[in-house]
Amino acid sequence: MAELTYRDAVARGIAQEMERDPDVVFLGEDVAAAGGVFKATVGLLEKFGPKRVRDTPISEQAILGAAMGAAMTGLKPIAEIMFSDFLAVCFDYIANEFPKSRYMSNGQLKCPLVVRTGNGAGSRFGAQHSQSVENWAMMIPGLKVVAPSTPSDVIGLMAAAVRDPDPVIFFEHKSLYATKGEVPDGEIVDTLGTAKIVRPGKDATVLALALMVPRALAAAEVLAAEHGIDVEVIDVRSLVPLDTQTILGSVGRTGHMFTVEENPRLCGWGAEIASIVADEAFYDLDGPVVRITTPHIPLPAADNLEDLALPTAPRIVEKIRRSLNA
Amino acid sequence: MPAKSRPQLRSVDSPNDELDEAKRLELYRLQVEIRDCEQRAYELFLQNLVKGTSHLSLGQEAVAAGFAGAMEKGDLSFCTYRGHAHTLARGVPMEKVLGELMQRDNGLMRGKGGSMHLTSSDHGVMGSYAIIGAHLPIACGAAWRAQYKGQKDVSVCFFGDGTTNIGAFHEALNFAAVWKLPVVFVCENNLYMEYTPISSVTAVEHPAADRAAAYGLERIVIDGNDADAVFRAARAAFARARAGQGPSLIECMTYRHSGHSRADPAKYRPPGELEEWLKRDPIKIYRKRLAEFGIDEAQIAQIEQESKRKVDAATEACKAAPPVSEDLLTTDVYADGGWAWRN
Repeated sequence: MAELTYRDAVARGIAQEMERDPDVVFLGEDVAAAGGVFKATVGLLEKFGPKRVRDTPISEQAILGAAMGAAMTGLKPIAEIMFSDFLAVCFDYIANEFPKSRYMSNGQLKCPLVVRTGNGAGSRFGAQHSQSVENWAMMIPGLKVVAPSTPSDVIGLMAAAVRDPDPVIFFEHKSLYATKGEVPDGEIVDTLGTAKIVRPGKDATVLALALMVPRALAAAEVLAAEHGIDVEVIDVRSLVPLDTQTILGSVGRTGHMFTVEENPRLCGWGAEIASIVADEAFYDLDGPVVRITTPHIPLPAADNLEDLALPTAPRIVEKIRRSLNA
Repeated sequence: MPAKSRPQLRSVDSPNDELDEAKRLELYRLQVEIRDCEQRAYELFLQNLVKGTSHLSLGQEAVAAGFAGAMEKGDLSFCTYRGHAHTLARGVPMEKVLGELMQRDNGLMRGKGGSMHLTSSDHGVMGSYAIIGAHLPIACGAAWRAQYKGQKDVSVCFFGDGTTNIGAFHEALNFAAVWKLPVVFVCENNLYMEYTPISSVTAVEHPAADRAAAYGLERIVIDGNDADAVFRAARAAFARARAGQGPSLIECMTYRHSGHSRADPAKYRPPGELEEWLKRDPIKIYRKRLAEFGIDEAQIAQIEQESKRKVDAATEACKAAPPVSEDLLTTDVYADGGWAWRN
């Protein structure tokens, strides 16, 4: 067991898989010699050499297209799209190519690849470098979508994503890169499609993802200490496949559900889960499902405005407290 | 024909001594079979038996035949929605292609892809891509795998003149050149991006070849209606790719006898243009050449009769085939064979 940053966990997760399988290759902008603009891939070039760790031009379509062509013919590429906002310039691959080739070819083509991308706000970068776009990927049949919140999950879910035979979009949160967590020694392999109860509780279920997980946990402590409310916090981790059983089980015990989402409100990931819960657990609910989200706005650059936009621990506390009339 | 679109050709209708008789007969057979199958697809469309859309390559058969004739088993084809010809040229049976166009259970992808997405990985046809330009980077990736693993296959990527004005074309050309990938980019310049003349929307005369210099590549324009010229250009490009000398970009001047897609009557063409190109019909040219080389008329006629027989048999098989099994609706969304997105 050692303490590791989320940033270093990315490099360790990639290295673990590259050591295991010579077909795993890694490409992206500034990822090799520079070690990544977020320094999340430092040391990989030195360790695995320029044949397996490759700098690309600023050509997101070429990056994802090349990853797909390599994947369909036998490699296991990990491609980096520096900021998740840039998925919009190569969205054809995300929306039309990766997820449809197997279906359209009646199972002849495969696309086992991982797209890692820096997601989320907190760096005061403004509206085109701060978005949480995991819901863009979630809505497309044929993709798998994960967003880890801890260093240990970064490694374990990276391994699961690389070993998975389907295309996986792997959202790393930029504001978590500097955070630290305990990481077991040796190989870590997790399972896609599994949510994790990170704080058991009996009064309400709070679903969160990525940066919203530590905020939900902080809110839970305040709710317990100051308001006597004992919430269960679930790190959703994997949007597709979605671990509905863990979520429905928790809601069945607590009777209340809140989502804490960084994506803007409309069609955020929590909306789909709220719909599932309304369909399948309506009679377990003792109150309305409440979504706590970023408002439906582009993100501002100014620090005070950005802080106002994202769900914060005090806002989460307030929403839950009011909703439960505590 | 507008002056701008008159091809400047590296070789025009020149008999050559590089191809043996068997190869010549193969190139002729491929062209005839593609022509007959596509003509039949059009007839079946008029009978409402080909559903959805279809994009024919009538008049462009020499490009498909010349490249496929030069490809080795294991080489990979990446096609566009105008991909029937390239799929047939790699040896995919007509019944499979027509079955897919007719959306029958015997189709190449059992009706799950349709005319625009013909795929037969067993034949090296790694997909037909209907988003313009998308497959150029994908072909780069397949070529990267060959380079990485030290395998000698070449990835061949076919696209139309309209593709040269989309970003993915330029990203892929640069990427392939910088990484020296064994990929061959083949532009079929049929003078029209869809309905609009390519010359009226492109800053250079040759939409692919005149961009080659920007990526350090040779400027290559060939007569795309001459299967021998195509074959020779293909063979040279493949040899370069296999020798680790990187990508090639080949612009093939050709002409689409039919409209852009199924019911397009192509009224936007200037009078006389089609007639001019019909004189240079690749199949007519090649038939004449076979005769000049002393190939027996009976042998030529036999290829033609055999092709007709194959098309008729394929048509009958497709008409008799059942509709697509409803079980397929939710299969192969994910690698486990199903579509489950939750537990």
